[in-house]
Amino acid sequence: MRVGLFIPCYVDAFFPAVGIATLQLLERLGLEVVYPLDQTCCGQMMANSGAQKDAAGAEALFVKNFHAFEYIVTPSGSCAYHVREHMDAIPQTADVQKVRRSTYELVEFLHDVLKVDAFPWAEFPHKIGLHNSCSTLRKLRTAKASEIDEPFFSKPVNLLSKVRGIEFVTPSRPDECCGFGGTFAVFEEPVSAKMGYDKVADHHNAGADYIVSADMSCLMHQQGCAERLGLDIRFIHIAQILNGDRA
Amino acid sequence: MKRIDHAEAASGFIAAKAHQEFHDRRLWDLRLKRDREAHGIPEWEELRNLASQIKEHTLARLADYLEEFETRAKANGAHVHWARDAAEHNQIVYDILAARGAKTLVKSKSMLTEECDMRPFLERRNIAVIETDLGERIQQLDDEPPSHIVVPAVHKLRGDVSAVFARTIGAEPGNEDINYLAETQRRTTRPYFLRAEAGMTGANFAVSETGSFVVCTNEGNADLSANVPKLHIASIGIEKIIPKVEHLGVFIRLLSRSALGSPITQYTSHFRAPRLGGELHIVLVDNGRSERLGMHDFWYSLKCIRCGACMNTCPVYRRSGGLSYGATYSGPIGVIIDPTFDIRKYGNLPFASTLNGSCTDVCPVKINIHEQIYKWRQIIAERNQLPFVKKEMMRLAGKVLADPRLYRAAISATGLALEHLPRFAIYNFLNPWGRQRELPQPPQQTFRSWYLENRSRS
Amino acid sequence: MTSRDAILAAVRAKAPAPAASLPHVPLFERPSASHLDEFRENLLRMGGKFAETKSSGNPADLVRSLFPQARVVCSATAEVTGTRPLGAETDPIALDDVDVGVVRAAFGVAETGSVWLSEEELRVNALAYLAQHLVVLLDPGAIVPNLHHAYRNSRFKAARYAVLVTGPSATADIEGVLIHGAQGVRSLTVVPLPRQ
Repeated sequence: MRVGLFIPCYVDAFFPAVGIATLQLLERLGLEVVYPLDQTCCGQMMANSGAQKDAAGAEALFVKNFHAFEYIVTPSGSCAYHVREHMDAIPQTADVQKVRRSTYELVEFLHDVLKVDAFPWAEFPHKIGLHNSCSTLRKLRTAKASEIDEPFFSKPVNLLSKVRGIEFVTPSRPDECCGFGGTFAVFEEPVSAKMGYDKVADHHNAGADYIVSADMSCLMHQQGCAERLGLDIRFIHIAQILNGDRA
Repeated sequence: MKRIDHAEAASGFIAAKAHQEFHDRRLWDLRLKRDREAHGIPEWEELRNLASQIKEHTLARLADYLEEFETRAKANGAHVHWARDAAEHNQIVYDILAARGAKTLVKSKSMLTEECDMRPFLERRNIAVIETDLGERIQQLDDEPPSHIVVPAVHKLRGDVSAVFARTIGAEPGNEDINYLAETQRRTTRPYFLRAEAGMTGANFAVSETGSFVVCTNEGNADLSANVPKLHIASIGIEKIIPKVEHLGVFIRLLSRSALGSPITQYTSHFRAPRLGGELHIVLVDNGRSERLGMHDFWYSLKCIRCGACMNTCPVYRRSGGLSYGATYSGPIGVIIDPTFDIRKYGNLPFASTLNGSCTDVCPVKINIHEQIYKWRQIIAERNQLPFVKKEMMRLAGKVLADPRLYRAAISATGLALEHLPRFAIYNFLNPWGRQRELPQPPQQTFRSWYLENRSRS
Repeated sequence: MTSRDAILAAVRAKAPAPAASLPHVPLFERPSASHLDEFRENLLRMGGKFAETKSSGNPADLVRSLFPQARVVCSATAEVTGTRPLGAETDPIALDDVDVGVVRAAFGVAETGSVWLSEEELRVNALAYLAQHLVVLLDPGAIVPNLHHAYRNSRFKAARYAVLVTGPSATADIEGVLIHGAQGVRSLTVVPLPRQ
């Protein structure tokens, strides 16, 4: 199976280990992973600000880079959601519709498409607080949201449970947004920082050594908060744990 | 009209640590209570679907249902008035009161009368208006609007209430006992119920089948306002209509569970006809609702039953307080309604959101709030209402991210800057991210350059 | 054009289409061991009280024993004689000094612990709000399972005023602290007693 790998701009620039872990993990699972070299961004940041005209160029470039793939995988819930549900600043040609349909967030892809049932190379003997980003939780619905009256399910927990040594700890508000919110983090900085402080303190008080998420953007914000607060807590992307990274 | 700066107001709110932390804890507690009630009813999600469908059907046939409501209400002996806008509403209410020589009006909670700014209008014409709900009374005496549609003074602590009551209604200064404060409001409000010539309520639901309307309270102040004075005036937004009495089963089961986490309010009162010897006036109000009905992406907001669950769950609302929105309606429902009143003044509000979607999940009538927030941002950008800095930032980002070479140049410049600039150059007033957070460290190499070194064949 | 016509015309012009169909609302019956037990449990949860008459079954005695200090008792039901008569024409303002009001509810709702009252049961609507305390007689056989059942009752279409009362007047507007006796009654006591 051949997949196109989309690495969001901030992962490319600041957290390449997440991209590397994603690629290596998919290769371990027997896939041919191709990273189109001229990719940049999915257009989400501009679109979420209402600036459709400004999003169009990035969206068109995304389709140009990825239209030849049957599966496009990205270690970012918010990007996958944007492509599938909001990539409409450009005319909806057959290529565009195909790319939109074929884009998966990593956990979705591992759980629903590959149906991975073991990660024998992985071991992570730490207490982890799982942060389900709002994009994966309420948009892509990869786990039960606490507001909804339905039976419990969680794709990330299913996957992480297969990792030796993992211990889950639960914060008091597991589903509350951490306050990143894209440009919200800059334009509504006071509230964003307060939300981030509350989130990391909650995980810390629950005993988490690591906070793990499928969205590095949330973790980037939480890490920034934790470091300024001087909290002894670490941050890691789910791809890294599943790939067998030790810390 | 000056644009509301939510972020700045929020900053002040967060700085008052004890107040903000109480506010957040109290409303989160209401959210948890709501969850317990919701999960206690196996048919909860089915009720939400029914409520949403009933409302969507009714709004699409609203004119017919309004006419039916009016016909029945009049046959019951009620007077029915129609107000196109806030000014007309206020004038109608004043004319009813003036014709009967009424000088004192006791009223229960009504967001519609807040929206119409009715109280100052009447007070300027020498009619005393007494808010009788405890939270609303606190806010009236403090000359502040309500901050939450269900718990109007949730942003205040007991010391604040004590100070207000000592200043205005003769409470003992420094006595912060909550029982004492509540008793003081009860004791000083009671005489108004007895001597007011008129009482006013809003309505949670108006049933077209019977021409009746329903008011839900916990204090019983709506029932006092309506059943002691001879004259009862009810202000009702046209979107409150539901077709049949049996539909109330669905809405009443959802309302208080969503708002306060209790199965029902202490008083669920149904008014169909005036008391013998009394008079009942109903004022049906448009004030922009018909306009909103025609908005393809936004008419769903008219389903709202004013439960406040979206405010309780919203992490931004809990940390900034209702007053930071500068509008009658705050929180998630506010940010999708307010731009229809004034897109310039409220153009920032849809950005006071992380688009996390929790509001949509708790809404008993399934309004797709977070999706409407997203769509509003497009309208605001199209109407050129984005602040200059953001507009330019998006234009620049759009250009760079549309071009692989520009993108790579920007990434390497950023990396170099973060690596080499001294701390004071990065963390200063120009960099909001860095006010309360550390920036990420620039790595040895980008993913792309790692890929080129380790995987790319060329 | 009148405001009425203008509003209706605007609403007609802007109505979204096509209209969703009106759904059927089921009764959501759930098997329940005892409607009375469920009613009592919910009433207590909502701050109400539940008081059984002794074997003599005389509600007036019970009212006197619950409120020994009461000077003014007004009853809207023939089963209990108050200290002061109450007629449909009594001015509400005259009820300001009532210590205890006594009424018989038409029916109760198990799901919520609510009792149903109208101008017929109250004689003067304001009795249920101006009295300091309210005692409500309720036939245990007249308890419906839930609000869907309650709203099928045809009396909603006949009564001028109908109220589902659940516990006493309450508020938590100051720091979330629960207070009973906000503007209305300080206590509400339900007495299970079959109709004679």
